[in-house]
Amino acid sequence: MSWSTDKAADIMSQRGWHVAKTSKVILRDARLIDPSAGLDEIADLLIERGKIEQIGKIKEDNSKDFKVLELNGKIVAPGFFDMHVHLREPGREDKETILTGTMAAAAGGFTGVACMPNTDPPLDNVGVVRWVYEMASGAPVAVHPIAAITKQRKGNEITEISELYQSGVRALSNDGDSVMNSEVMRRALEYSSMHDMVIMTHSEDDDLAGNGVMREGEVSTRLGLTPWPSLAESIHVARDTLLAKFTGGRIHVSHISSLDSIEAVRQGKAQNVNVTSEATPHHFSLTDEACTGYDTNFKMNPPLGTPEDRDAVIEGLKDGTIDTIATDHAPHTTEEKLVEFDRAPFGVVGLETAIGVAAKKLVNPGHLEWKDIVEKMSINPRKIMRLPVVTIKEGAVADLTLIDPECTWTVDPADFFTKGRNTPFTGWDLPARPIGILSRGWILISPAAENVVG
Amino acid sequence: MALQSNHLLGLEGTPREDIQAILDSAISFKEILERPIPKVPTLRHVTVVNAFFENSTRTRISFELAQKRLSADVVNFSASTSSVSKGETLIDTIRNLEAMKIDVVVMRHPMPGAPVILTKYCSSKVINAGDGPHEHPTQALLDMMTLREAFGSFENLNVTLIGDIAHSRVALSNIYGLLTMGANVAVCGPPTLIPRNIESLGVKVYHDADEALAHSDCINVLRIQLERQKSGLFPSIREYHSFFGITRSRLLKASKDLVILHPGPMNRGVEIDSDVADGPQSVILQQVTNGVAIRMAVLFLIAGGEREDELVN
Repeated sequence: MSWSTDKAADIMSQRGWHVAKTSKVILRDARLIDPSAGLDEIADLLIERGKIEQIGKIKEDNSKDFKVLELNGKIVAPGFFDMHVHLREPGREDKETILTGTMAAAAGGFTGVACMPNTDPPLDNVGVVRWVYEMASGAPVAVHPIAAITKQRKGNEITEISELYQSGVRALSNDGDSVMNSEVMRRALEYSSMHDMVIMTHSEDDDLAGNGVMREGEVSTRLGLTPWPSLAESIHVARDTLLAKFTGGRIHVSHISSLDSIEAVRQGKAQNVNVTSEATPHHFSLTDEACTGYDTNFKMNPPLGTPEDRDAVIEGLKDGTIDTIATDHAPHTTEEKLVEFDRAPFGVVGLETAIGVAAKKLVNPGHLEWKDIVEKMSINPRKIMRLPVVTIKEGAVADLTLIDPECTWTVDPADFFTKGRNTPFTGWDLPARPIGILSRGWILISPAAENVVG
Repeated sequence: MALQSNHLLGLEGTPREDIQAILDSAISFKEILERPIPKVPTLRHVTVVNAFFENSTRTRISFELAQKRLSADVVNFSASTSSVSKGETLIDTIRNLEAMKIDVVVMRHPMPGAPVILTKYCSSKVINAGDGPHEHPTQALLDMMTLREAFGSFENLNVTLIGDIAHSRVALSNIYGLLTMGANVAVCGPPTLIPRNIESLGVKVYHDADEALAHSDCINVLRIQLERQKSGLFPSIREYHSFFGITRSRLLKASKDLVILHPGPMNRGVEIDSDVADGPQSVILQQVTNGVAIRMAVLFLIAGGEREDELVN
């Protein structure tokens, strides 16, 4: 089942992708965007043995033996990294596997992902974490397991954090459940701070959220659905910001979704607290109004916010309060979602629509520029996880995402590589799409990239 | 004469003309109920399934009586005896029922939106008989029929719903229907039993029962469930009764013409006292009678509207 068997390469090839291990590639007329290198210009890239050897004008006679991609101004950026995905393996292989999840990531333009530990068994010890590394080895998408903060994700006793750190883990989270006990959270922050690890919070007060299934507001009142107040999130964001300030530990607020939570992070940053935050494409593009038809593909945790919350997310992305865009890719089976709203599990898939939705809802309306998207989807997530930031410069490893910023395509979940069909974006026309990645010696080019592959 | 929608899922968005049509037809059906042989052949070509995914004896009996008075073929289904308890999904259950050729599903379900989901996966006509704390349109329609009998019109009628607004399907349907028909609607109860955003629907909020009564032509007293007290939404039944219970002494302070409704089942001595429930201002039993007439009207307009001629036979 691992990539090293080339199984995924076969599956993607059968669906029209160009998938190869290639040592010599030239990207011609690419729009190189890399804010960490101060780069936004049209140039050629020459890649050999997995490294960027030359940037500039590559002469024709230098291109023999090379795979040449004619990009005609399409974007080439440092490889995108989604720091919040659920690969579901081990335990729920009916929802997703490391194989299908990394194919979806590659198709979505990501060269790296960090996967959440709410698996069965959970990623709460070095044995399971090593197994994930093993399963993902050889994939073009780097998989970084996030380990649980507490044993069995129960919220009582902290995991063997130092040993996990030694095995390569850089982030901890009980995502899906909060750590309700503030004392446990305090100790986790203190203990993890000796390795400069980040704790990704799932901010939810269980008592305030209760059995809520959608954001409390006018729409929940109208629909009769059990309300989940924004306070359930913001009270924990405020608490964890205070805990980070007190302990010196680092928190990263996952899937931030409400005005007051964003304000709490903003205040924390103003006081130089070690707090960062992320927003999902669904929280910056949708509101609670979407729940009107009781379609369970709009049921996620935290729930979709009010228009004021959605506007606050966009504002937070603009002013830097929100550092990263992550998908919270949460595949579920069709059977699980085809039930009453109350009964359906929380979560939506996002890997294969993230770049398109960001273009439609952030870039095209003028909220962010492409360089900001690169910052929030490539540079910042790696910085927060203390992973080497990938960059476009001569001598650097070729870890690249290719984007067509001017095309229109319609989201059809039947086209996804993820096993999940639970997207809230079915039928959306998106104005941009990833057309390939170069990563870890692989080159993957989408069939949507017509005339690119020579 | 037919309704603008194939289904009756709720009163949110139901146009005034449709509500008017249902209330008007119900008058004719109430007359039929008073005949020596209270039965007409209007829906003899129609098969109805009463799909009850939670118990509600009075609503089911009211629907079943309405269906039998109209000569429909009726099948009853309740979740406790069904395959739902064996893990079958709502959609499979209904698709199976539908494969047996039915025309109308009357559905009671504990979860909001279940009837909406149903309309996406089956072609039968759907009547919502209560979906969790969302809507219960026929209850609101029978309340409105009773109010029209008492007051003649809804224009500027002051109606107050008292009690557990937050968990009540009756409240939401009444609010939508009454506002559409031109009434003024208020809600009354402690803030913990009223949704934070209820004013966005266009209703006034009272936390003082006497004040609410002073501004009302009629009150609809909602059932207080003991489990709400256990989950901490109010401190005790005793305190609720003393501040929001409809008692004789509280009524003496209000207008003698105040009309009192209760959708049932009542908790006597909690939200309403016996001498009030059984007193001259109460129209509670009239509501029950009107319930059958309203459900006949809804079934007729949804399932047999094109056979209007048969109504008079």
